[in-house]
Amino acid sequence: MGCGSSSIKIKKSAKTIRAALIIQNWYRGYRARLKARQRYALTIFQSIEYADEQGQLQLSNFFSFMLENYVHIQEKDPTLVNRLFGCAPQDDRGRQECVGIIEVPESYSGPRLQFPLNTNSLTIMIEAFKKQQILHAYYVLEILFETKEAMKQMPNFTHIRTCPTKEITICGDLHGKLEDLLLIFSKNGLPSGYNPYVFNGDFVDRGKCSIEILMILFVSFLLYGDDLCLNRGNHEDFLMNMRYGFTKEVLSKYKIHGKKILQVLEEVFAWLPLGTIIDDEILIMHGGISESTDLNLLHHIERNKMKSVLMPPVPVDKDSGTETKKNKGHVPRGVKLSGSPSDYLTKHEWEQVIDILWSDPRGKRGCYPNTCRGGGCYFGPDVTSKFLNKNHLKLLIRSHECKPEGYEICHDGKVITVFSASNYYEEGSNRGAYIKVGFCTTLRFFQYQVTKATCLRPLHQRVNTIESSAIRILKERMVSRKTDLIRSFQLQDRTKSGKISMGQWAFSMENTLGLNLPWRTLSSHLVLTDDDGNIDYMTCFHDIQIQKPVKELSQLSLKLCTDTDLTCKSFLMSLTLITQVLSRWKNFIPCGNFFVVTTTFILVIPKLMSLLKEWT
Amino acid sequence: MADEKEKESAELAVADLQRKVREAFEVFDHELNNTVDVREIGTIIRSLGCCPNEGELHDLIAEVEEEEPTGYIRFEKFLPVMTNILVEKRYRPIPEEILLQAFEVLDPTKRGFLSKEELIKYMTEEGEPFSQEEMEEMLSAAIGPESNFIHYRDYITMMVIDEN
Repeated sequence: MGCGSSSIKIKKSAKTIRAALIIQNWYRGYRARLKARQRYALTIFQSIEYADEQGQLQLSNFFSFMLENYVHIQEKDPTLVNRLFGCAPQDDRGRQECVGIIEVPESYSGPRLQFPLNTNSLTIMIEAFKKQQILHAYYVLEILFETKEAMKQMPNFTHIRTCPTKEITICGDLHGKLEDLLLIFSKNGLPSGYNPYVFNGDFVDRGKCSIEILMILFVSFLLYGDDLCLNRGNHEDFLMNMRYGFTKEVLSKYKIHGKKILQVLEEVFAWLPLGTIIDDEILIMHGGISESTDLNLLHHIERNKMKSVLMPPVPVDKDSGTETKKNKGHVPRGVKLSGSPSDYLTKHEWEQVIDILWSDPRGKRGCYPNTCRGGGCYFGPDVTSKFLNKNHLKLLIRSHECKPEGYEICHDGKVITVFSASNYYEEGSNRGAYIKVGFCTTLRFFQYQVTKATCLRPLHQRVNTIESSAIRILKERMVSRKTDLIRSFQLQDRTKSGKISMGQWAFSMENTLGLNLPWRTLSSHLVLTDDDGNIDYMTCFHDIQIQKPVKELSQLSLKLCTDTDLTCKSFLMSLTLITQVLSRWKNFIPCGNFFVVTTTFILVIPKLMSLLKEWT
Repeated sequence: MADEKEKESAELAVADLQRKVREAFEVFDHELNNTVDVREIGTIIRSLGCCPNEGELHDLIAEVEEEEPTGYIRFEKFLPVMTNILVEKRYRPIPEEILLQAFEVLDPTKRGFLSKEELIKYMTEEGEPFSQEEMEEMLSAAIGPESNFIHYRDYITMMVIDEN
């Protein structure tokens, strides 16, 4: 083509410039609307996720309520309390009895490890996991027992130091996403004595490779000790695992030995340290703080007594200053608990741990109950300042919240959130990140996003994917609350026309579902509007699905509640299992289920309360 | 009587617009303290259906910023300005036909397409130039990785369907 100059001749004229302006203006508008849709989708995912967690924690609050009133119950039926709160003596599974009897067959084609472990073990395992091989239960159990013994020696907070020759890498939530961990290792190198890491909790649940991630992290921990710090997250909790997929993953990958593995894991999780402190300046914990967080106390509690955040402690409080008014300060007599009070943390200690695992930072000053999640609190910049000053710290690094860019700095640079599971809600929803801390606590941030395709799909396709995913789960949520929603609409529909205004519809949606979402903007996806701008509210439910499970479920719940062979633990486990059963139902998805369970459960509470009243 | 009713419905309409503005704002208010990062204001305004160009956006930001810019825009300042824009229906989006004509101006021989190089030249050197990120994103949607031509009629149709 002609004289090969690379420059294209373009006509510079007022007309051309105008045309370019029009195209640019249009494209910028289009792109902004895409970004906004992406944000809305993330908001939907997040609201529903937190509403579910709230549901889970409401169970625990209900039991707390029961506990505070048990004095009355035990007077009527002394054995009930014992049955409710007594637990089987710690089944100290002999390690030999547990693992010794397992044999790894000749036919096993997965990775074989030598004990004691060495750096080779780590690479063999990682290579095998890349090929989707499953580590044999024998090795899993050996690793878990070793980890438990090693972790018992660790203090509640690991203190580490930077030095001129090595940076410490801090990673946030992984949630079973092995691809993200492998991506971090390929960009940043494997853990070693020269390449220390801190993993800030939530290694499991939701993703498909939680057990593999644990194996990699535990083996690294066994090899490198203080150079591989693991902090407990709110998902390192056997009750959360039953709800959010880890239990299911273990039981399906390990059909014979899964139960054993889960039992040992329960203890390993409880032995995970609560946090890490770098150079006595940077505190790393999973959730956050509250205005009453007492670092000294947290250094000294017996952390392994907190098996699950959702199993509240026995109300026999060592510091009896926290009696409720109903308790009248009496320690119940004649109640012989099969577990002694010293098997549990005190209520105060328990709340301290919940706060550090569940709290979220917010811009508003002060400290407020975290109503979205149902546990921990929202803490403001003033709470952060006060806490850091009091403890002679400079920075709090935490995780627990998904951020679109993988990390976020707030509270004047004093709090950093780091989240390492990219595409957490859906492909394209967010990036992952990790932080490198250098000598004299200098910080560097790294971001990434796992993608299945060789090149990133165009923005509009990615946005379409996450948007339709978000709308779908929102609709399922609406269907599960159909009765309440219709009642709310009808209350506002005075003329019984089947139509209400946009404002009325948005009000009903927000108050019934308890989700703070941009309803007016989302309305076009959820419901039909007529030419006058009024909403035909019954069109919300055009994809009507199951009604039946709700009825069955409430019957099941009621049966559980009145079953006298009840213990806290078994009750909570049963209720959680119900949601698992429901998730196998074709058109139900887990978060929709649990919401149904919670609402049904809440309906059941009055019945239970009246039963308790009978006893009092 | 009719006047009062009209006034009432006008007030209701404004109240509804205000709530719409609030909803859009809150989605970007990550810290839940009624402020958003100034760099997201353009996205918020455009998500509400308005299409100011970069120059107009710059002026709007100046209007809603603090006396001493903090990098954050407060809702109290943003609401009246944005509500006004919506009530007066300013910065209307460009109709499809005008957009098509604009592409045709850049394609005077009416081939029906622009080459990748031509589009890049026009978008990054004329008018209010694109950043590299904006250019890459537009290209990824407009053409496949192998192709070198943008068939703009198809492209416009695809984008319009996607928006609706």
